[in-house]
Amino acid sequence: MEQIELTGIRKSYGKERAVQNLDLTVNPGDFLTILGPSGCGKTTTLRAIAGLEEPDEGEIRFGEKVVFSRRQGVIIPPESRNVGFIFQSYALWPHMTVEQNITLALKEKRLSRNEVESRLLKSLEMVQMEAYRKRYPSELSGGQQQRVAVSRLIALQSEILLMDEPLSNLDAKLRTEMRAELKRLHRELEATTVYVTHDQTEALTLSDIVVVMNKGLMIQRGTPYDIYHHPQSLFVAEFIGDPRINFFKGMLVSKGERRYLDCKEFLLPFNKELPSNSGVVIAAVRPESILLSYEDRKDWIKVELKSIQPTGANTILQVQIGKVEITLMQPGFIRMNLEESLWIKFDSESLNFFSEETERNLNI
Amino acid sequence: MTSNSFLSEERSPIFSRSNLTYFLYKLVNRPHLILGAICLFVLSFLVLTPLLEIIRDSLSIQSYDIAYLPDAKIGEFSLFHFERVFTGPLSKALLINPLLNSIAIGICVTLIGVSIGTVFAWLIVRTNIRFKGFFGALAVVPYMMPSWVLALAWLSLFKNDRIGGAEGMFTYFFGIQPPNWISYGFFPIVICLSLHYYAYGYLLMSGALASVDSELEDAGAICGMNRRQRMWRITVPLLLPALGSAIVLTFIRILGTFGTPALLGLPVRFYTFSTQIYASLNASNNGDAYVLALVLIVTAITCIWINNRVLGVRKSFVTLTGKGFRSREIDLGTWRWIATIGVGLFLSATVFLPLVILLWESLIIVPGEYSLSNITLEYWIGDGSIDVVYGEPGVFQSDNILSSLWNSIRLGLSAAVFNGIIGLLVGYAVVRGRGTHLSKWLEGIAFAPYIFPSIAFGAIYIGMFSTSWGPVPALYGTFTILVLITIVKNLPFTSRTGIAAMLQIDNSIEETARVQGIGWFKRMVRIVIPLSFSGLVSGMLLTFITAMRELSLIILLISPSNMVLTGLLFNYNEQDMAQHAGAVTLLLTFIIISGSIIARMISGGFGLSALKNS
Repeated sequence: MEQIELTGIRKSYGKERAVQNLDLTVNPGDFLTILGPSGCGKTTTLRAIAGLEEPDEGEIRFGEKVVFSRRQGVIIPPESRNVGFIFQSYALWPHMTVEQNITLALKEKRLSRNEVESRLLKSLEMVQMEAYRKRYPSELSGGQQQRVAVSRLIALQSEILLMDEPLSNLDAKLRTEMRAELKRLHRELEATTVYVTHDQTEALTLSDIVVVMNKGLMIQRGTPYDIYHHPQSLFVAEFIGDPRINFFKGMLVSKGERRYLDCKEFLLPFNKELPSNSGVVIAAVRPESILLSYEDRKDWIKVELKSIQPTGANTILQVQIGKVEITLMQPGFIRMNLEESLWIKFDSESLNFFSEETERNLNI
Repeated sequence: MTSNSFLSEERSPIFSRSNLTYFLYKLVNRPHLILGAICLFVLSFLVLTPLLEIIRDSLSIQSYDIAYLPDAKIGEFSLFHFERVFTGPLSKALLINPLLNSIAIGICVTLIGVSIGTVFAWLIVRTNIRFKGFFGALAVVPYMMPSWVLALAWLSLFKNDRIGGAEGMFTYFFGIQPPNWISYGFFPIVICLSLHYYAYGYLLMSGALASVDSELEDAGAICGMNRRQRMWRITVPLLLPALGSAIVLTFIRILGTFGTPALLGLPVRFYTFSTQIYASLNASNNGDAYVLALVLIVTAITCIWINNRVLGVRKSFVTLTGKGFRSREIDLGTWRWIATIGVGLFLSATVFLPLVILLWESLIIVPGEYSLSNITLEYWIGDGSIDVVYGEPGVFQSDNILSSLWNSIRLGLSAAVFNGIIGLLVGYAVVRGRGTHLSKWLEGIAFAPYIFPSIAFGAIYIGMFSTSWGPVPALYGTFTILVLITIVKNLPFTSRTGIAAMLQIDNSIEETARVQGIGWFKRMVRIVIPLSFSGLVSGMLLTFITAMRELSLIILLISPSNMVLTGLLFNYNEQDMAQHAGAVTLLLTFIIISGSIIARMISGGFGLSALKNS
């Protein structure tokens, strides 16, 4: 288990700044996910850790060992960094069998025959691909190719594993399966892992720590729980969560003891402490934090139902108050007509407030 | 946690040790940069210096010119050649007539050849015509045969009595002398070249047609377009860029072609640009020849420039591929059999008929006498008795022919091997370096030989390598110069195949080996070369074929000491030894076709099948 430490990493391609002054520490044995939209610099960061890109500035350390330092003029090439890397395309060598794919690097390292064979068997066993060792990659399904890529990574016994969107080429069902598999493997291998994805579900389900990046900057670092419940900025709030979080812009008003956000069409009551009790702010509320009622109750807001999309375990409802559209998510398979009346109530505990100018969370 | 301050960071001075390590590392860890720089340097020497040489020679006094300018010094700057070619009294004979002839031939052949090629491509790729595989293979054969096979066969058929020597089959069977315009000059040149170059149009267009997704046409059908509208509004515009390239590339090749115009034009003093250059050089009037070569090069560049200007932006259409791709056959209905018979007849007439005629020609004792009693194998296996065969032994007995054959094979093989290696290296450097200036320059310089018409290129290499050149010794009359010029002239094709092969190999395929600790050399040997193998073999095959059948390029460079089959054949024809010419041509065609079959068997064996689904 090794710690990975990045300090002051910068990388530009021409005028475009891919990574801007990034500091990042991955604790030994952690599963850290870098999450962000395409072009946010996450892949560049990962490739810099592997040595496939040379940053313009900064320093990268594995434990005590400096593998890259612009200042000291230290660069250890990727060949000698001993990291495991899974590419989005799996990058299996198409002209070699599964077995050759796994053992090529081991043989190049001049390991003994017995050692190569035992590593091969063990790594194939861990991904349940023992029966396929003589096959060519083109004779395998996408999921099986993915397993071979993983087993090639296991056989190298690296202390650091890097994965670049390894699940994005799989169909939805296989993706869920492989996700569980990767999580199990990480536990068994106990390797420090950096995982890059744009899929927030993968980030939340797999990681010990999630880092959200945008435009080459690190926006937030935290546990999946924190990232989901206490997003630091509008960007994070919007990027994480499916269906998307609801935003309401309004004026802060007080009526006696109680405080509200006046959203023109309705009043949103809350009891969080805010830096100021007046002015315009943006409130964010997750679709599942809105309560739903089929009958009128006191202080509940009447809404118009616009669409209803059951996904099986949950149901997503699109409702409207005047011109404001709101997304709700309810457990269970809900069947109802669009003409029926509905009432909603916001769970004031789960509200997050953001400044309109800085777009930052007012409570953090 | 985040910071935007790009200014606050203190930077180390530019020439510090850490910076030096950093840049050195960047260089050493990009082998494609080093490779690219070396390739660029060598290729610039082989491609650009000839061009500079030709410009210099055309602008200075040559030894031949002393006859006209007794006061001038050799090597002195002078516009003499340009004046002579462009404004002098000889201008019409030297420049205007050959240029007009070449352009007229180029336009006619391009129109006929590309039309036939396109129709064939459409029939074979998109319709339910019978014997597709067979026709597809056969349609490429004219491309593999030397272009002047048809010209030789034409002469055997239509030679008349005006020029001297034996008459052709037509006269023998019908007793009529064909008029001169049928036997020699513009008309037969256009026919023979068209029947050769349609194969080139076919190759380019069938590739483009196969990449047009039928679903695009189906989408048109759903929008209510009828079959003809779909054809003209969807398919044709999609093919336009490929068609444009096919036209321009064919036109340029025809401008530089030498064999056919020489065989069919020189006997009646019908000159094209390439034969005029040849004539000027033969009269050791190099200056004029170089001026003419420059005119040819400028014409070629202009054509490519126009093509890029007009169609360049749309080029991306052709590379439409991807998922959900499919191609549906168009049902020709009753036309199916008519088309099948038509294509079949045409292909036999262009592929088999010339070979049969040449075979017959090589078997007769007295030229011009095509009866069965006049048949012999003397020209194949005879030992050369004076009364029958001018004292020249048969093909399999003649040391002269056998050594030329061996030279041809050696030339083909060595050019193929070198071109394969260079194609691989250039492809690697260009693809891995994508986006850098080096990559762009290298790609450009590797394509540059295409714009040199073959005959002009040969002329330049005479000038360049007739004396020693720094560390390079004088190469005139050696086998090396033939190999060298063949390699350079074929660079555009091999570097294209090299680049295409490298584009198949995603960078991650190599990077994954890097992170696993596999060094550059091992990566090349174990991963890059095996994966690009089949592409390389087809590039090498192409070089082999072109080298074996090459005449225009090397006609000026061959001498008895480095004679190859094509040169020998040209000599036989000049000496009116039709039987030998026919026999040698058949031998050459046989070797080229069997060579390409062997190469396809090798490259089909591995590489391709493994790559298909990845």
